[in-house]
Amino acid sequence: MLGLNKKDTSLLLVVAALTLLAPFILNPFPEGSAMAQFNAGYPDLMQRFVIFGIFAIGFNILFGLTGYLSFGHAAFLGVGSYSAVWIFKLFTYNVLPAIALSVVVAGLFSLLIGFVSLRRSGIYFSILTLAFAQMSFALAYSVLSNPRFNLTNGETGLQVYADDPQWFHRDGLPDLPHLFGLSMRSTYRLDLGAWSFDFNAGYYLCAVVLMVVFYLAIRIFRSPFGMMLRAVKSNQQRMNYTGLNSRPYTLAAFVISGMYAGLAGGLMAAMDPLAGAERMQWTASGEVVLMTILGGTGTLIGPVLGAGFIKYFENIFSKINDNVLHGWFAFLPDGMEDFVVAIIHPFIGKGWHLTLGLLFMLVVIFLPGGLVEGGQRLRNWVRGKPKTENTSGKTEPAE
Amino acid sequence: MDAILLQILNGLDKGSAYALIALGLTLIFGTLGVVNFAHGALFMIGAFCAVTLQRVLNLSFVTIDEAQKDFLGNPLKVKTPYVEAWFGPETGAAIIDWAVPLAILFTIPLMLAVGYVMERGLIKHFYKRPHADQILVTFGLAIVLQEVVKAFYGANPIQTPPPDVLQGSLDLGVMVGFDPNAIIYPIWRLIYFAFSVLIIGGVFAFLQFTTFGMVVRAGMADRETVGLLGINIDRRFTIMFGIAAAVAGLAGVMYGPLNPPNYHMGMDFLVLSFVVVVVGGMGSLPGAVLAGFLLGILESFASTTWATTTIPGINQIIIYLVAIIVLLTRPRGLMGRKGVMED
Repeated sequence: MLGLNKKDTSLLLVVAALTLLAPFILNPFPEGSAMAQFNAGYPDLMQRFVIFGIFAIGFNILFGLTGYLSFGHAAFLGVGSYSAVWIFKLFTYNVLPAIALSVVVAGLFSLLIGFVSLRRSGIYFSILTLAFAQMSFALAYSVLSNPRFNLTNGETGLQVYADDPQWFHRDGLPDLPHLFGLSMRSTYRLDLGAWSFDFNAGYYLCAVVLMVVFYLAIRIFRSPFGMMLRAVKSNQQRMNYTGLNSRPYTLAAFVISGMYAGLAGGLMAAMDPLAGAERMQWTASGEVVLMTILGGTGTLIGPVLGAGFIKYFENIFSKINDNVLHGWFAFLPDGMEDFVVAIIHPFIGKGWHLTLGLLFMLVVIFLPGGLVEGGQRLRNWVRGKPKTENTSGKTEPAE
Repeated sequence: MDAILLQILNGLDKGSAYALIALGLTLIFGTLGVVNFAHGALFMIGAFCAVTLQRVLNLSFVTIDEAQKDFLGNPLKVKTPYVEAWFGPETGAAIIDWAVPLAILFTIPLMLAVGYVMERGLIKHFYKRPHADQILVTFGLAIVLQEVVKAFYGANPIQTPPPDVLQGSLDLGVMVGFDPNAIIYPIWRLIYFAFSVLIIGGVFAFLQFTTFGMVVRAGMADRETVGLLGINIDRRFTIMFGIAAAVAGLAGVMYGPLNPPNYHMGMDFLVLSFVVVVVGGMGSLPGAVLAGFLLGILESFASTTWATTTIPGINQIIIYLVAIIVLLTRPRGLMGRKGVMED
């Protein structure tokens, strides 16, 4: 189907089913029950799953295929957000032009940065992208927000004000981002007995976009171009010696992944018409690296899984507090209970980043292929197969 | 003239911090070939050593003094730090006052140990893995370290004042013949600069004039051959990792009075220190030091009112701009050697 082989088609269908049915899948517990706090089926969070999924898919096209570890991808996301909000401010709340522009602007921006950074590889490349991202952050945060030339509105974040021109805005249209009149916030609530499911217009827009870009990613992975990128990863020097200039290929990969990031940024602004500089900070770039590694570098589904995993547990862990823990361990004797809660305490609530850091280290040390490799190992173990050499998840530097 | 001198002086303290961190990074990179993203966290741990010592010295017991009344008319509870009780009020107060310099004493062994454990426990297993994995695992370690510190000390900056004697400023201008009040400079910044020059000099002297340093330098040039000569080079490199960690820690301890330490100070410095290392030239120790001071001074010039009114916010991006220009014109950095991380 659509030029994919059978395996890839089924993968695409699985992803499509997962995203379209997410409001059901993520809300397995009835409203009001004790387990309801593990539900993740509310629009805001689902949108984040999908948007960061797109971001991570794009990052994986660069890192997974070429092995170039960029530490500055959040800059493209931020640029995408800013350009989308500018469309909202100047022209219309319709999300299509905003998203289109965010992709284009992020693409141009990544062309510029990629052109410079890709002159070096390995560690230099990582540090260069890191420097560029921090510079963009500083630009957005302070330099471009002075009274004479206010492009980013600095610390407050860029947002739409009542006195903005919005030339194509008419009275009949909602005063929020919309798709030809369908507000991104409009939600249909389906009540089934004790369960209730939210179907949000914005989420479904993101989901459709995710399916499209996932399809594109599959095509890139299977194309001769993708093969070339893999060749860069396995041995760039040898490629150069055969007389082939690999720079255009890596630059193309960089720009494509930058456009994915811009798309994610545009969608983020479309869900919530606000763009702040903190979106561009290098910790945000670090987050997408975490997602991709955790899910499985160089695999198709890995980044999406990683993004969902991190965003879900970020949400859940931040909600758990000591009272909840005491509730869980109430069966233990008193002293034991306090002891167990005291041990778990630093890892929950505000300590989520500690858990994430530890988890990330464990994955890098023991499971370089991420969740996907973990799943494969588990399946092999259950089936009693001997260990197979799987190299698809391994990452090697571009040296 | 005096304005220029003032800006150079102003750049020295940040430049010292950059130089010290970049020196440690380069030491680790030059010996073990590992890019240590956790180096900023080591700097931060150093700063929190001072915080810890300050807290420990301030541990006190409460006595009820019947002679004094508080504002409700109850007997006043007087807190006496143990140190004052043991050494007498005068000496005790002095010890508490000198908490930051005293912290150096226990930072050195602690950071050496931290570095040793880190290398033996974690980094050792990553020599054969790709550079990307080394970056990732140290990045993870940095997150863990800073979150642990946050769990213990909270997210807010903690004041670590310098000793009373060393607070305040000197009028340096008068000493060299300028008008009074032209060049006013805080004493602690001078001390920080002197301290960092001392450490940098110490590290270079250690590498240059001791047998141990000679072996390490030989190992940096050709690890395999030194190993074949029957020298346990791995062990020496581990010790060098410890020393690099100690240098970062010392930079952190003394930095506390300049800028109250918080848990993410390391990350803030780390990114800039990487830029410094790249500008100086990967693997070049003098390059790292030179670039550290140069960029620090450059940043201070960009922070003048004249510069910030011409191009707002230039002080925040100048370092990155310079780094990009340097990398494009001199890809090996200012003093990079041929053959070190060529691609």
